[in-house]
Amino acid sequence: MWKYRFGALILLVVAGFIGFFVYTTELPVITPGPTASSTPTITASSYAFKLGLDLKSGSHLVYRADTSKLNSGDIKGAMDSLREVIERRVNLFGVSEPIIQVEEGGVLGRGEERLIVELPGVTDLKEATDLIGKTPLLEFKLMNPAVANLPKEELAKKTMSEVFITTPLTGRFLEKTQLTFDRNTREPLVLLNFNSEGATLFAKITKENVGKPLSIFLDGVPISSPVIRQEITGGTATISGGFTPVEARDLSRNLNYGALPVPISLASTQTVGASLGDEATTAGVKAGVWSFAIIALFLVIWYRLPGLLATIALAIYVVLNLAIFKLIPVTLTAAGIAGFILSLGMAVDANILIFERMKEELKKGRVLHDAIQEGFHRAWTSIRDSNTSSIITAVILYYFASTPMIKGFALVFFIGVVTSMFTAITASRTLLKAVGAKGEGKFARFLFGSGIRS
Amino acid sequence: MYIVTHRKFFYILSSLIIVVSIVVLALWGLKPGIDFKGGSLFEVTYPDGRPEKAHLEEALKPLEVDASVRPTRENGFIIRMKDLTLAEQGSVRTAVSFEGKQKIVEERFDTIGPLLGREALGKSFVAIALVILCIVIFITFAFRKVSEPVASWKYGIITIVALLHDVFIPTGAFAILGHYVGFEVDTLFVTALLVVLGFSVHDTIVVFDRVRENLRIAHETRNHKDFATIVGDSIQQTFVRSINTSLTTVIALVVLYFVGPEITKHFSLALLIGIVAGTYSSIFIGSPLLVTVEQWQKR
Repeated sequence: MWKYRFGALILLVVAGFIGFFVYTTELPVITPGPTASSTPTITASSYAFKLGLDLKSGSHLVYRADTSKLNSGDIKGAMDSLREVIERRVNLFGVSEPIIQVEEGGVLGRGEERLIVELPGVTDLKEATDLIGKTPLLEFKLMNPAVANLPKEELAKKTMSEVFITTPLTGRFLEKTQLTFDRNTREPLVLLNFNSEGATLFAKITKENVGKPLSIFLDGVPISSPVIRQEITGGTATISGGFTPVEARDLSRNLNYGALPVPISLASTQTVGASLGDEATTAGVKAGVWSFAIIALFLVIWYRLPGLLATIALAIYVVLNLAIFKLIPVTLTAAGIAGFILSLGMAVDANILIFERMKEELKKGRVLHDAIQEGFHRAWTSIRDSNTSSIITAVILYYFASTPMIKGFALVFFIGVVTSMFTAITASRTLLKAVGAKGEGKFARFLFGSGIRS
Repeated sequence: MYIVTHRKFFYILSSLIIVVSIVVLALWGLKPGIDFKGGSLFEVTYPDGRPEKAHLEEALKPLEVDASVRPTRENGFIIRMKDLTLAEQGSVRTAVSFEGKQKIVEERFDTIGPLLGREALGKSFVAIALVILCIVIFITFAFRKVSEPVASWKYGIITIVALLHDVFIPTGAFAILGHYVGFEVDTLFVTALLVVLGFSVHDTIVVFDRVRENLRIAHETRNHKDFATIVGDSIQQTFVRSINTSLTTVIALVVLYFVGPEITKHFSLALLIGIVAGTYSSIFIGSPLLVTVEQWQKR
């Protein structure tokens, strides 16, 4: 008995601390400026809730990457470097907390390669796509031997892909670039430095194609086609495209930020303005508070004392869940909030199962203490089996989610089902036992009864 | 007992509802949202009061974007269009603000390519099929020790019947709502269906679990009750619990529907219909079917 009272006390204190953590991490952090008079900086805590794009403003872009020209073994590396390049570029523009990830398309995966870009706060799609789209695509191509000897007029009729053959060398293998000037003509040049892998490739290509032109393509357009004079092993090359000094400087800078290893095209875009997101957040929070209040009212009226304890267990469930959302962290979406509210309704299911069972045992004439024991014991198999089916649903849903909104829902739902098994069973049992159910008087039986009648 | 003895009535009632659902689905079908068929959706608010709908449609006509305009909230419109390029999005924006003469607030602008839409549809079907399959396997496993008088895999099959019932009802309801009020079916709707599947099984399991327990008790005490009585008792014993659990979930969903964000309104409605159907089926269809199956076996 005193053991349970002590346990309950610890439970409540811990829950209180978790609640305190949840609350304080939502407050803005004020860092005082370097001097007393300077303005302090105000930032959100690193444990503040992470909101999905539908709850704050921003854009979500899905790019399709064209990997058809790559060997299947190179695709992963190319996609990784694509991600890095875009990430570097997005960071450069000061977007806070962008999400850039590679995803495989297709119903069961193994489809086309995609790049997902999420830019919080950027609602101007043109600005967003420019930011990404300006990343140059640098390719090196050789003249197709089949057309090499055709006269000029014939050659003009051929398409670009008939004339040129792609080499594996792309902007992906660049280490850095530099603006230089030709010593004799003073023409501005862009000096490319390949990384070691790129240098090996470049040496191989130049060795095998001495005397042939190697065309350098920028964003699909040939900008210069120098003829290879000898094998180049140093891993450097220059592009001379008749640039002005400004053009050469910009190109060098853009290439430095990273060149796209594969061509990408926009497959879907989503933007959410600030007011819609704010409205959805407020409405979601309001719905959560009201649901909690009405469910609590129902529990207390119908199940009396155990109902009150179940309400406390439900409150513990809420703070525990919110803390988990912060710690993982879970990106909350409108659907995620809906999932959480839904789980409030479902979380009390285990309690209801237990209380109904307790009531039955009381009716059979058991003393209160045994009835509680039996109630928990007998209800367990039902609780275990029924929650397993919800967990199965949540896992499949998470895996097959086609939007971040649904993924958010599945994750919240899963966490909810798992924590509810803990709070509805462990927490409410500790609380029930702590209250001490020794009384056999009418009043005690009333408190543990349920429904409209005694 | 009442439910088991009058089970034919509930079978007929459910069959009627399902037939109606199938008929409306065949007649009108579901209206796919842009996440399934691809296309664009532009939600815009006019802070200084919205123009006439016809006026806006007029402005969008020359762009040839197949716009369908629907008023939303106080001062806004939701415009559905074909899948737009970035440049087209720009001209739609200009047209909607009447060349800048009307102040607009862009609430959201979504464009989804048709390929992504088809993929989302495929994923949805696979997810539904997989959830049903896993649940049946799980039920067969969970009830593996129960073989008398009804084999455990039959519990699984009965669960599928109840699950299909629970999926047909909200789908039929959305076909009707789609026809009359233009409700669309999107990935959130499919999510709602999956949750309904999980919830409904949840409910069915509680009754089946009680049947399992009562069978064991009857066996141990050598009390030769007939199967129908055991099932009837089990339904009765779990009745209040089933209603109460659904009630708390329904409370949460009703609040979500009326107070919650606009964007999850249809979602909570689909869940609401499905969960009511699921509770009904686990009490009035799933468990009585156990008795029906047992009586078939006797013949």
